[in-house]
Amino acid sequence: MKRRLFMKGTLAGSAITVALGAGLLAPRAVMAAWPTTEMEHKSVDKITTGDASGTVTIKAPAIAENGAVVPVTVDATGIDGIVESVTIVAAANQRVVAAIYHMQEGAVPFVSTRLKMGKTGDVYGVVKTASGIVHAKTEVKVTIGGCGG
Amino acid sequence: MAKASVKLRAKAKKGVVDIKCLMSHPMETGLRKDKKTGGTIPAHFIQTVVAEKNGVPFLNADFNSTISKNPYLRLQVSGAKGDKIRVTWTDNMGKSGTAEKAAK
Repeated sequence: MKRRLFMKGTLAGSAITVALGAGLLAPRAVMAAWPTTEMEHKSVDKITTGDASGTVTIKAPAIAENGAVVPVTVDATGIDGIVESVTIVAAANQRVVAAIYHMQEGAVPFVSTRLKMGKTGDVYGVVKTASGIVHAKTEVKVTIGGCGG
Repeated sequence: MAKASVKLRAKAKKGVVDIKCLMSHPMETGLRKDKKTGGTIPAHFIQTVVAEKNGVPFLNADFNSTISKNPYLRLQVSGAKGDKIRVTWTDNMGKSGTAEKAAK
């Protein structure tokens, strides 16, 4: 019984947070031009990932012992032409888009960062060029939860 | 509260400057709960990162709350020794931090 109550409380609490977050973030997002809609995506289906490409490589551990720190490297230096942006997507997360890097003149399309991952899932490196969108993906097995931990 | 700071390294090699930086930030998702009070911890995470070379931005990144706390970032830009690299972040609470280093 107690457990049931607790679960209910948790659900209600998170719903409120989401509502608050959306309301609070909107004006600031406009100010900083932070792409709120893209960041709120909850499934990979909503994101155009394009075709898999051999010219993009993504490096992440096959097994992450700590989901709170998953190092990910996306290397698109093999692509001909100018890379406009690199997006890192973790399919199993609540908010699938982790980061979007907008490249400008001089930038080498190579980025590396660390993600939080709640559970096992695919990690995509989506690369946008003038001629289209391509991706590379890899699966990361998470043995301990990271998101929210 | 974390200090508003960025640790930055920049190394030039064969026409490319390799930049590694470590930002000190809690990166709260807004979904986590405070065990003592039961309330949710408000979201507090870096939203934008701008990287500049000699005052000209070459990359800006939008971060979501799913980036690990104390974010680590590695970037590359074409450049040479002595180029001034600056990395600036801004979070969803309007706070920001910055650091500048000349490429070695």
